[in-house]
Amino acid sequence: MHSFGHRLNGLLTFSVTILAIMCAIASLSDNLNTPSPTAEIKIMNINWFQKQPQGNDEVSLTMNISADLQSLFTWNTKQLFIFVAAEYETPKNSLNQVSLWDAIIPAKEHAKFWIHTSNKYRFVDQGNNLRGKKFNLTLHWHVMPKTGKMFADKIVMAGYSFPEEYR
Amino acid sequence: MDWQGQKLAEQIMQIMLLVFAVTAFVAGYVLGSFQMMVLVYAGSVTLTGLITIPNWPFFNRHPLNWLDPSEAEKHPKPQVTVISKKKGSKK
Repeated sequence: MHSFGHRLNGLLTFSVTILAIMCAIASLSDNLNTPSPTAEIKIMNINWFQKQPQGNDEVSLTMNISADLQSLFTWNTKQLFIFVAAEYETPKNSLNQVSLWDAIIPAKEHAKFWIHTSNKYRFVDQGNNLRGKKFNLTLHWHVMPKTGKMFADKIVMAGYSFPEEYR
Repeated sequence: MDWQGQKLAEQIMQIMLLVFAVTAFVAGYVLGSFQMMVLVYAGSVTLTGLITIPNWPFFNRHPLNWLDPSEAEKHPKPQVTVISKKKGSKK
């Protein structure tokens, strides 16, 4: 290596290449993690359940969401993006997914939580199919890494249903 | 630097970076801190740079023996005579 600049260039390129390899290995190490998350959603109250002027059903509910997602965090996790979606079937669509609430969990300490909240986003159907309809509430999460691959998974909780009549 | 010094500098740089990279990764993984890995690695890159980039004396232990100017004058360079080739048949 012949001159000052030559050696400096060699050092910089080699060190950045090695850094890239280290980040790739760090991302691969995320696969070694076996998470065991738990979650529970209780519908405390159906605040109201009406048909809009346009003809679509709309419902507002209050939920108690509790979860322990601490095992999803690794050393390479930047944050966890979670959201709760209601899933149900209608004659028109085989699967409807409506996102009701979401949050960003920035650290492992905040990943074990409970929250009592009404739905953050409006729950509006395509049509008026909700009376007496059975639906699932699914908690989805995206594990966003500091470098590398993002993992996404969910817990499906079944057994919820709408009232038979508007209120 | 002399030729041996250049080779030594390159070897030191490559080995130091690889060893420190492994150390930084293990340190970060064990401590569960990505930031620790990056900090240790950045520090080690700086350290490697300080050791291998400047022209330290220990890189110049096999200096090249250039010919002394006074000695060169005693032995003038041989003159190059141009032999012109004639393209003709030899009889």
